[in-house]
Amino acid sequence: MTELTLVQAVNRGLAEAMRRDPNVLVLGEDVGVNGGVFRATDGLLKEFGEERVLDTPLSETGIVGTAIGMALYGLKPVAEIQFLDFIYPAFDQIVSELAKFRYRSGGQYPCPVVIRTPYGGGIKGGLYHSQSTEAYFCHTAGLKVVIPSTPADAKGLLLTAIQDEDPVMFLEPKRIYRSVSGEVPDGDVRVPFGRARLVRDGTDVSIFAYGAMVPVASEAADTLAAEGISAEVIDLRSLVPLDEAAAVASVEKTGRAVIVHEAARFCGFGAELAALLAEKALYSLKAPIARVTGYDTPFPYALEHLYLPNAARVAHAARETVRSG
Amino acid sequence: MNEATGVVPLPYTRAQIGERLGPTGTETMARALRWMILGRALDARMQGLQRQGRVGFYGAATGQEAVSVAAGLGSTPDDWILPGLREQLVALVRGHPLGRYVHHLFADDLDPARGRNMPCHPTASEVHYVSMSSVIGTQVTHAVGVAYGMKVRRSPGVAFAFFGDGATSANDVHAGLNFAGVWRLPVVFCCTNNQWAISMPVSKQTAAPELAGKAAAYGIPGHRVDGTDFVAVLDALGRARAEAAAGRGPTFLELVAYRMTPHSSSDDPGRYQPADWSARARAHDPVARLGAWLEAEGIVSAADRDAMHRAADEEVRAAVSAAEATPPPAPASLTEDVYASSRSALRE
Repeated sequence: MTELTLVQAVNRGLAEAMRRDPNVLVLGEDVGVNGGVFRATDGLLKEFGEERVLDTPLSETGIVGTAIGMALYGLKPVAEIQFLDFIYPAFDQIVSELAKFRYRSGGQYPCPVVIRTPYGGGIKGGLYHSQSTEAYFCHTAGLKVVIPSTPADAKGLLLTAIQDEDPVMFLEPKRIYRSVSGEVPDGDVRVPFGRARLVRDGTDVSIFAYGAMVPVASEAADTLAAEGISAEVIDLRSLVPLDEAAAVASVEKTGRAVIVHEAARFCGFGAELAALLAEKALYSLKAPIARVTGYDTPFPYALEHLYLPNAARVAHAARETVRSG
Repeated sequence: MNEATGVVPLPYTRAQIGERLGPTGTETMARALRWMILGRALDARMQGLQRQGRVGFYGAATGQEAVSVAAGLGSTPDDWILPGLREQLVALVRGHPLGRYVHHLFADDLDPARGRNMPCHPTASEVHYVSMSSVIGTQVTHAVGVAYGMKVRRSPGVAFAFFGDGATSANDVHAGLNFAGVWRLPVVFCCTNNQWAISMPVSKQTAAPELAGKAAAYGIPGHRVDGTDFVAVLDALGRARAEAAAGRGPTFLELVAYRMTPHSSSDDPGRYQPADWSARARAHDPVARLGAWLEAEGIVSAADRDAMHRAADEEVRAAVSAAEATPPPAPASLTEDVYASSRSALRE
């Protein structure tokens, strides 16, 4: 075990995977000499050389399209998109090509590319360094979508992503890159996809969160505990595949659900989770499902603190579900 | 234009063929003619079947056969093909059986791509013919990634990226040329300029006088080649391939051809092509040009050409019969191959 920040855990995960498998390589803007703008790839160029740590020209579609070709040929590329907000030039490659290669080729051309990208607000990044648009990718069959909230999960899920046979969108909560640290297992210790993490056991209300909203949900649970409300906090961490059984079981136990994400509400991931709970756990529900999310606006700069869900908003929503049924 | 043959003659003496294609050059040309005639027969038959509602869609390659057959004959087994819509002959020449390709056109249970993609979008991984989408130009960056893999694995192969004149306006063609130039990768960029992107002539696509000139912006060589002259195409592809394989980086080839059929079975060129287009295109028919040269040189007789046409028609007829006797893909296959393992796309 080693005490690491979340971004350090990403870095160790990359190095671990590259040491174990010579086919693994890293490519993206500023990932080599500069070690990445968040330093997630720091030191990799020195250890693994230019052939496996590639500084690319400034073109997201070029990065992802090239990574696809590498994967078709049998390499294991891990592409970095500097901010999720800049991924859209590559959206065509991700949605039209990466997600569909296995299917349209009748299984002849699997395409196991990992795309790492920092996402989310809380760093005063304005419209174009803050967005949380995981739902776009969750909507596309063929992609897996994973979002860690702890250093151990960052490394463990990344190791799983790199050995996975399918394309994986690996979204990193940059707001807690350095503010969260924790014990991380040494070596090749993987965290499986499709399993939610029970952050805190509770009996009155289930709070579902992922990424940078997990600490927010935990803080809200502390507030609620002081008021005598026992909140269960579940870190989904793998949106596709989703741990449906864990979500349903938790609501069957507590009878109440609060879903937290910083993405806009309309057609956000919370809508899918709420629909799932309505389909599978309706008769366990004692109160309407609540969502605490970003607003249906572009991401703001000056008023970011109002846009992002905080512990007070989450606690308020949980309290209302307890009060109403 | 030769009045007797109706086409612009191939401008070579027999000696010049030897200089350009080596001592077996004329034999290669005769082999090429057979493949081009097969492609032509396939196009004719499939367009007819599409109109009868027996095939869902078809995009003919009529007029562009010299490019595909040259690429098929001029590539090696280690090479990879990243195709566009009109390069299926490359897969066939490289060894993908015609019957299997026709199963794909019928999207039946024996389609190697399991009926997932539209007709003319085959996958033939056994000859490194990669699956394509219908999005224009996206395969060009894939070729760059494949070539990167070849470089780091020290493979003797090169990647061939095929795209059309319209694609030169698209993002991924620019990105791919740029990346390959910076990294000096073994890619041959084959831009078949058939002069039309559906209804758009090249003059409405770009102000550049020649597409080959665009290569200069990426620091790589660019050449404009007569894409209906099999000899010129094979020669140019061979030189570009040799440069790439020797580690001297990519080449951009503009292969000028004439689209002799509609863009696809969903298109009506009467709305936009000038009245004299068909006549100009026919004068540059690559199959007729190659056939006329071989006949004039006494290498292939008129009777030989007739026999080639009959054999091709019969081969296509047999493949169509086999496909029409094959059932559609099993319903359960709808949800397979979305992911590697069995997470069901239809949960219930």
